[in-house]
Amino acid sequence: MTKRFAVGIFEDEDVLLHAIENIRAAGVKIYDVFSPYPVHGIDDALGIERSRLPIAAFFFGLTGLSFALWMQIYMLGFDWPMIVGGKPHIALPAFIPVAFELTVFFTCHGMALTFFTITGLYPRFKVPVMDVRATDDKFVMAIELDETSSQFPRLTQLLRDNGASEVNQKEMTNK
Amino acid sequence: MQHVSAIREPLVTGGKTLHDVTQDICYQVEAKPNIRWMAALSVALFFLGVFFYAVYRTVWYGIGEWGLNKTVNWAWDITNFVWWVGIGHAGTLISAVLLLFRQKWRSSINRAAEAMTIFAVICAAMFPVLHMGRPWLAFWVFPFQNTFGSLWANFNSPLLWDVFAISTYFTVSLVFWYIGLIPDFATIRDRAKGTIAKFSYSMLSFGWKGSAKAWSRYETVSLILAGVSTPLVLSVHTIVSMDFATSVVPGWHTTIFPPYFVAGAIFSGFAMVLTLMLITRVVFRLEDYITLEHIALMNKIMMVTGSIVGVAYITEFFIAWYSQVEFEQYAFINRATGPYWWAYASMMTCNVITPQLVWLRRVRYSIPLTFVLSIIVNIGMWFERFVIIVTSLHRDYLPSSWAMFSPSIIDIALYLGTLGLFFTLFLLFAKFFPVINMAEVKTILKYTVDNGPTYNPQKAHAAHAHQPAVGAPASAPITYNKHD
Repeated sequence: MTKRFAVGIFEDEDVLLHAIENIRAAGVKIYDVFSPYPVHGIDDALGIERSRLPIAAFFFGLTGLSFALWMQIYMLGFDWPMIVGGKPHIALPAFIPVAFELTVFFTCHGMALTFFTITGLYPRFKVPVMDVRATDDKFVMAIELDETSSQFPRLTQLLRDNGASEVNQKEMTNK
Repeated sequence: MQHVSAIREPLVTGGKTLHDVTQDICYQVEAKPNIRWMAALSVALFFLGVFFYAVYRTVWYGIGEWGLNKTVNWAWDITNFVWWVGIGHAGTLISAVLLLFRQKWRSSINRAAEAMTIFAVICAAMFPVLHMGRPWLAFWVFPFQNTFGSLWANFNSPLLWDVFAISTYFTVSLVFWYIGLIPDFATIRDRAKGTIAKFSYSMLSFGWKGSAKAWSRYETVSLILAGVSTPLVLSVHTIVSMDFATSVVPGWHTTIFPPYFVAGAIFSGFAMVLTLMLITRVVFRLEDYITLEHIALMNKIMMVTGSIVGVAYITEFFIAWYSQVEFEQYAFINRATGPYWWAYASMMTCNVITPQLVWLRRVRYSIPLTFVLSIIVNIGMWFERFVIIVTSLHRDYLPSSWAMFSPSIIDIALYLGTLGLFFTLFLLFAKFFPVINMAEVKTILKYTVDNGPTYNPQKAHAAHAHQPAVGAPASAPITYNKHD
């Protein structure tokens, strides 16, 4: 499926933030904004909700901790009890380091996998982009057009009035 | 928007624009390798060959190729292991702890420092694995369902804690480093001309486009990973120190070890970061990004941690006397005046005395002096581990089994070999990966570059002033302070 976009190029993050607010206030839906670095305040301007990733992190950590404690208690306490240095089979203080390390291990890798999955990041042969300069020095705003691209002239005007240095039309296949 | 005090030194000099950053950092990735890089790589590859030879001798003929004996059964290998792991700690400190403390100056050094962490941990892991004698059975250290009657690992042993600590540390550092690399790979991908380069960096960039939502999540994930890496880095060297502290060997059995080892690790790590950065900034012409200010700041951290280490040395001595335990007292007297006095003297000079020169501003801001000092600290920290391990073991409770240790040629070859392995990996990294985190440097650019903002929004608005704005006044407020 092919989608058409009006692509506005901005030179500065502050102009971009202001443009986002104005364009949204004008009732135009912004498809996405691409920038070479994280722009602070863009989440509020675009109305992106606060990420729930920290909650996921907590549960990954909890999984790691429970797994580590279960593993150590099961292995040394029940499956093959061993006396080491005259200590009890379930010597909890000695289990703390491994429990801690596995908590960190699960949190980190769980977070990385979640981040890759929800953001759709995976190795691929070709990456179609709105504008190659978005990873260099330009801030790129994409607004979706309909089949006939009839709104393009109006959007061009709107983007330019809000400080876009150039506006292009771009077709993207698959996504 | 961030506010930076006018009296702060700029973090990036030379009036760089966003595009200049991309250009400067991508240059060495895109250019043909220069002759200095080729020369350095040949030397590193030679020592990598030495490494493979030493590994072959160790694995084929056994641990007898090393200089160990039944009294000194940990020596050169564990010294090198602790030395390498310690070096790695500075990378995590820069990437995680300084991120949590919002120290923006870390931006231009964190990528290379983290790479150093990963390569140092790889080198460190070689020693315990080879010391097993049969490295192909190294997986036996993990608790796995086996055919020996489900005999699991001993979770009461600090050596097993070390297995978990080091493997967690390695994989977490790798993932943290890679997530940071993704946006920069995307930058290189979008500039790449050749088919192979375009393909490789497309694969490496994981399809990153820099969309607002992706950046928002990226920042959240970075913060969480920094949050878990901070206690992790402290735990790793704490556990390494417990390998010694939980034993009953005089000179090892001390409660001061965990903080003392962590401070020593950061101390030696910053010395190694300085050594590498001073070379990298010259070879790749990154003087505008890694400025004298950065070098001075790293010097200060080195001095603080070096002083902590110095205090720890003196405390150990005091406690040995104060404890009234004759074995403990002998262990320390023997360290300073026994047959290995020269190792102790080198340690004291290199770690306690010379780093104090950093109090002088002239030394802190001098590139040659810093370089020499960082090498001296690296040597001193190697001797620290040698002193702790060898002088404690060679004369313990039973005088009839006292012995001396001297390294075999294979011991020395293996150590030089890991240096070759480290520098081979680092040079390959420096050539094919962006050595500075471009995205992060771009974030701080507008507020800390010496020429101020690179783009004037007032001018842009003036150019469009004749067109009436749609849905908003034409004179848009220039200072967007809502998110301050």
